Amino acid sequence: MSATFLGMPGNFPKNAEKAVQNSQLRFNLRKATHTIRGKRASVVGELPDWQELRAAGKAIKDHTLRNLDRYLVQMEEAVTRAGGTVHWARDAAEANRIVADLVKATGETEVVKVKSMATQEINLNDALAAEGITAYETDLAELIVQLGDDFPSHILVPAIHRNRSEIREIFLEKMPKVPDNLTDDPPALAEAARLHLRERFLKSKVAISGANFMVAETGTLVVLESEGNGRMCLTLPRTLISVVGIEKLLPSWRDLEVFLQLLPRSSTGERMNPYTSMWTGAVEGQDFHLVLLDNGRTDVLADEVGRQALRCIRCSACLNVCPVYERAGGHAYGSVYPGPIGAILTPQLRGMGSDLDASLPYASSLCGACYEVCPVAIDIPEVLVDLRAKAPHAAAERAGMKVAGWIFNDHTRLAKAQRVATRLRKLVPKRLPGPLSAWTDTRDIPDIPEESFRDWWERNERA
Amino acid sequence: MRVALFITCVNDTLFPGTGKAVVSLLRRLGCDVDFPAAQTCCGQMHVNTGYRTEGVRLARHFTEVFAGYDAVVAPSGSCAAMVREQYPKLARPGSKGAAAIAEVVPKVYELSEFLIDVLKVEDVGAYFPHRVTYHPTCHSLRGLRLGDRPTRLLQHVRGLELVPLPEAEECCGFGGTFAVKNPAVSAAMGADKTRSILDTGAEVLCAADNSCLMHIGGTLSRQKTGVRTMHLAEILASTEEAQ
Ligand code: SF4
Repeated sequence: MSATFLGMPGNFPKNAEKAVQNSQLRFNLRKATHTIRGKRASVVGELPDWQELRAAGKAIKDHTLRNLDRYLVQMEEAVTRAGGTVHWARDAAEANRIVADLVKATGETEVVKVKSMATQEINLNDALAAEGITAYETDLAELIVQLGDDFPSHILVPAIHRNRSEIREIFLEKMPKVPDNLTDDPPALAEAARLHLRERFLKSKVAISGANFMVAETGTLVVLESEGNGRMCLTLPRTLISVVGIEKLLPSWRDLEVFLQLLPRSSTGERMNPYTSMWTGAVEGQDFHLVLLDNGRTDVLADEVGRQALRCIRCSACLNVCPVYERAGGHAYGSVYPGPIGAILTPQLRGMGSDLDASLPYASSLCGACYEVCPVAIDIPEVLVDLRAKAPHAAAERAGMKVAGWIFNDHTRLAKAQRVATRLRKLVPKRLPGPLSAWTDTRDIPDIPEESFRDWWERNERA
Repeated sequence: MRVALFITCVNDTLFPGTGKAVVSLLRRLGCDVDFPAAQTCCGQMHVNTGYRTEGVRLARHFTEVFAGYDAVVAPSGSCAAMVREQYPKLARPGSKGAAAIAEVVPKVYELSEFLIDVLKVEDVGAYFPHRVTYHPTCHSLRGLRLGDRPTRLLQHVRGLELVPLPEAEECCGFGGTFAVKNPAVSAAMGADKTRSILDTGAEVLCAADNSCLMHIGGTLSRQKTGVRTMHLAEILASTEEAQ
């Protein structure tokens, strides 16, 4: 597996510029996002009470987050009562160490994984590799990413940036025992992956999972998936370790009902997902460990505007409608959370210390499409604007904004500035210098008029 | 009714024709239009780029300038959305600023809202014999929820043939400082938008926001397409005599 996203060089605009030039990538992304976008819209349209459901989802999550301390303790008690063991991890290093120690205690050197963003976030696979433990992804898209020594680029479809002929090549090169005559037919590719994975499932004694939800009242974990690999991982191995972000909690089963409607429709555009697995504590013959991961979440919770990002149920609807994601691709965001949610979650979890993280709040035109589809009504544009106020600003920009603010503060200054512009109108070059060249590279600038509106009004109305 | 025109800084400086069109349109419909000279800018650029202090100052200035009017009309979906959606979040609840904002905000209308919701007209007596397509800019569409108000107005314009724009709801890629900060993505979005526009065969692209039109129009012009951009107000102000 490739190295972590953390510390990725560059910044969003530069990464995006490269992606925009890759026409194959743009084609793949456009096709995939538009297909799923259409499916989502039609199944959401079927529900007359979608907006009420959405409001309920938001309210339940907000309530849970407000009382997170209480529900987490309740969760711990319930899991323990059911024979599981709960571990608390403050950050990535702590979580990785806990998991590595648990695996080492079993004496195994191989583990199977069902797709989990939390373990991607903490880069668990590399941490395990450093301890001599190999982690095998079992979700088809994750498998493609892992075999291709690549990064995930979408929440739901991590290999969305690959097309089937690229996938065929990855399989031929990296998958042992793959037939030489493998075609790029989707069923043939899926069958090759199935045979490959079946062997892993049957051999593995340890599995690592994430969870879509945790129900505090009973200590139950819930995973929704489409391929059945999750069910295999959760039931076959002798030791099951689940790494889950603390925000995935719900108080009760009644609350879960709302999300079992919101998630599949928003995510895959289906009325119901094919596999829903739930488990409470340890089942017979199995050892169960739950690692509750903070890794910056409590800091996000402390932020009045930004905390709404913790409502996210990782459905990926916002990615699929985002025009910026569609052109820039998921890798440009340099995080396991790409797209609109990544643009607000990543800089909150990691801070804005790197160029990349400081550029993420600007990776949006604020068109609002993400807010409109979000099943838990996260006002992503609002959080983006709030983060921009907290982001470091370049000195030149700060100076420019100060001057603009000074001019706008007084209409006589504005009028003077307009008259200067009018006088210089013939001198404005077709290609602008400095940062403004970004405008004139692809667009003409409008002509500056002979007279501003306010001067025209003054001349006609006040005379 | 004492109607104040909030021209917006972009229109004032770069598109005075839009302001003149609003004045003549509203007068034709019997309004007493005033232009409070002390107005400047709603502060959107500052707030959205992360300069909240400057933005708050401009919001305060706005509420002072427009305090005494029955209605404030802005020929810009994005600036009207700034005032309506973002101003209430800028002041501390219970403060004097919050009260001033609560006083002014409900009186601020985007042009098509004012015509349809307040003046209750759909046929503004305009004449414009051209093939036109309409782009609902993001802030008009998802911010203000203008819905079909602008197209209803356009449908009543004599001589005008309104053709639907494919993928109309897609952002054009302007996004204020986004166009400068993320030029590659912005340009790619702009190129897709102009392709949709050319597919309609329209002579004129109309919208309720000159800033988006500046970006799309600049792209159309660089591509030498010959398609013109016009603000909604200019089409609605146009009459047989003016043609
Ligand atoms: S922010 Fe909303 S739309 Fe985006 S992934 Fe999270 S829940 Fe889904």
